[in-house]
Amino acid sequence: MVNQLGNYSLYIALLISIFIIIKTSLSFRNSTNVLSGNIFSLISVQSLMVIISFLTLIYAFVISDFSNETVYNNSHTAKPLFYKISGTWGNHEGSLLLWLLVLTIFLFLFTMDSKNLPQRYRTLTLFFQEIIIFGFLLFILFTSNPFANIYPIPSEGTGLNPILQDPALAIHPPILYLGYVGTSIIFSSALGAIISGSINKSWASHIKRWVLISWVFLSIGILLGSIWAYYELGWGGFWFWDPVENVSLMPWLCLTALLHTVFTLEKRGTFQSWAIILSITTFSLSMSGTFLVRSGILNSIHTFANDPSRGVFILCFLFVLIFISIFIYFFYQKTITVDSTKTFLISKETAVLINNLFMMFFLSVVLIGTVYPIFLEVINNEKISIGPPFYHKLIIPFLIPFLFFMAIGPNIKWIKDKLGKINLKEIFIFVISIIISYFFVNKFGVSYLLSLPLFIFSLFLFFVTIKDFFGKNINISQKISHFGFSLLILSILLNGVLAKEHSSNMRVGDEIKFLNKIIKFQKIELVKKQNYETLIGEFNIVDGNNSLSLKPEIRIYDQPQTITSEADISSSIFADNFLVFNIIKNDGFYNVRYQIKPFMIWIWISVLLISLGGILSLKKKNV
Amino acid sequence: MSKNFKLISIVLFTLFSFFILLKGLDKSNIYSPEIEQRKINFNFKAKYLFSEEEVFINELLNNDGMSLINIWASWCLPCRDEHAYLLNLKSLNKLNIIGINYKDDEKNAKQFLSELGNPYTNIITDPKGINSIELGAFGVPESYLIDNKSKLILQKHIGPLDDKAFAKLIKIIQ
Repeated sequence: MVNQLGNYSLYIALLISIFIIIKTSLSFRNSTNVLSGNIFSLISVQSLMVIISFLTLIYAFVISDFSNETVYNNSHTAKPLFYKISGTWGNHEGSLLLWLLVLTIFLFLFTMDSKNLPQRYRTLTLFFQEIIIFGFLLFILFTSNPFANIYPIPSEGTGLNPILQDPALAIHPPILYLGYVGTSIIFSSALGAIISGSINKSWASHIKRWVLISWVFLSIGILLGSIWAYYELGWGGFWFWDPVENVSLMPWLCLTALLHTVFTLEKRGTFQSWAIILSITTFSLSMSGTFLVRSGILNSIHTFANDPSRGVFILCFLFVLIFISIFIYFFYQKTITVDSTKTFLISKETAVLINNLFMMFFLSVVLIGTVYPIFLEVINNEKISIGPPFYHKLIIPFLIPFLFFMAIGPNIKWIKDKLGKINLKEIFIFVISIIISYFFVNKFGVSYLLSLPLFIFSLFLFFVTIKDFFGKNINISQKISHFGFSLLILSILLNGVLAKEHSSNMRVGDEIKFLNKIIKFQKIELVKKQNYETLIGEFNIVDGNNSLSLKPEIRIYDQPQTITSEADISSSIFADNFLVFNIIKNDGFYNVRYQIKPFMIWIWISVLLISLGGILSLKKKNV
Repeated sequence: MSKNFKLISIVLFTLFSFFILLKGLDKSNIYSPEIEQRKINFNFKAKYLFSEEEVFINELLNNDGMSLINIWASWCLPCRDEHAYLLNLKSLNKLNIIGINYKDDEKNAKQFLSELGNPYTNIITDPKGINSIELGAFGVPESYLIDNKSKLILQKHIGPLDDKAFAKLIKIIQ
């Protein structure tokens, strides 16, 4: 019954979508190009319909309505309410409905927000966004309907993968999607702007907000995914260069480039074409991400659903959109009016350009690393696996000049600046960074060739961004984001260099020595929880007079039957103590892995700072 | 470069990517052993883990009966999970278990074995991972049951061995 409500709302939304597309395309012939008010009420009704169907699905999950196939496949009556709700988007069908929900809500907000902009531009944007919505509605209704029925009604569901039952992961998809889907508005608006010939400073200051919104959500979404991997997967790492992680990183890199370009466009009126290309690329990358993840073409922990026929649909849809945008770009390129003011080599424009070049380089590395294996396999039937060494080898050497330009770039003036006024303070900071890095590298015997310059330049950037807080420039949001980035690089470096690990087999009562510490396996107990049983181990780490108690768990879920290891992590501002244990089939012994991960918490904090800069920038009318 | 030329080359490149990805979708079920090439080339040399000597894998497969090739690494957590199954297989005494130590540090590999026990008859190293790719491996762990005489793969298992896979192996062996 309720199921049908959700289903019909989607069909109504589809009808509205067709109607809007026809109506807007008719209005292009009309010279006045004034949209009647009822289009906006139609958009509101459409959003409402999608909201209703989404709420219906949540409701079906909450009451465990197993006549719904999606609920049956992904839920269970014994699951806690929180995970029943998050189960709504923890699967293929539900997550697509979430995509659609965000698409329509963003369109609604866009129409509310753009009342003062040229009608023609608004109508065009609306038209393109509605085409995307239409495509997704078709996709959902005909290949992955979340409201499919099963009969006879099963009495119990099959459960949600326990590895997904985690608070960080419950909110990770919605946040990430807000970022992904936010890029759709940027895409539609870029196409609208190029056709209506309104790529100028006022377009930039309008679209800048959407770029910032997507960027902030994408950053936080990636952060949450990373935190989840760190706590749940039990390896003690936070970034694995897994194809699906890469797929979220690529739009982020592109969006970061776009962000800087749009700031420049807003201030100086240059880089119009480039801004359009980046807008189109960003959305194409988000869509490709959805394609790569959902089609099962990549083998990864994220491939929860795979069905090639769905893949074919998204692939065709994606390429139709890409073709439309390529043709529009080429045919309307002439509408771009080139700004005639001269820009000099040493200027902030150049700095932004350098930033963009580096971003494009990093993007290409990640893109090639992700897609090349697929291409190679199809063409040559050859299988290769691309792992972290590839990315590290290609990215790290280029990170060094990137850090340098990032340190000096923000302080260069627009239009023209002089080389001569090299700042004494900066030279002083640079010398200090060299000295500190030299002693540090010497002390810890880091052997990697590039670690010394890497330390020097990340410290340099770190100190320069701190110094900049006391400068005259009032752009506080930029300072926070850049400071956050320098902190991120520095913490990742220190974390990588100073991490220590020990792994051994222990029985209850055993003691081992590691560095200056003694690890004691105190006891183990079995506890029954709502939907799983758990073995809780108790370990004491004694370091001189300090003692730390860690309680990792081994959870045995019964629907579906799975064993997961929950690491126990004690965080402090200097280091994380990470302990995880596993059953081995050898009476009484457990495999115990203990890791000391320095500055882990600063990695999370720094990404939050980067995002905070974006949020602050949103609040200001003028940057 | 003229504008048309740019447009055409971009369009061609996009079309190319499209067809590659489309074909890639067809292939996404390639992971089932039926479609997989069943006879593989064992004719390559590798170094033993516990000595400096080198050996052709072929030579390790030259008695009658069956062998199990298991690709593993000490850094691979699922390998720990499946280790007990390998020890079980060893205790059956019917199989020649050959371990391929994939992209690993020798010291860690030896420590891993001294911790968890050594189920392998012979272990060869594959520090660059090339030999494992030759064998058609997708990742670690992976196990192939091989008929020594015909050099055919009887059973291929991707990922850690579990109860189901173990039962299947036992069935074939007996």
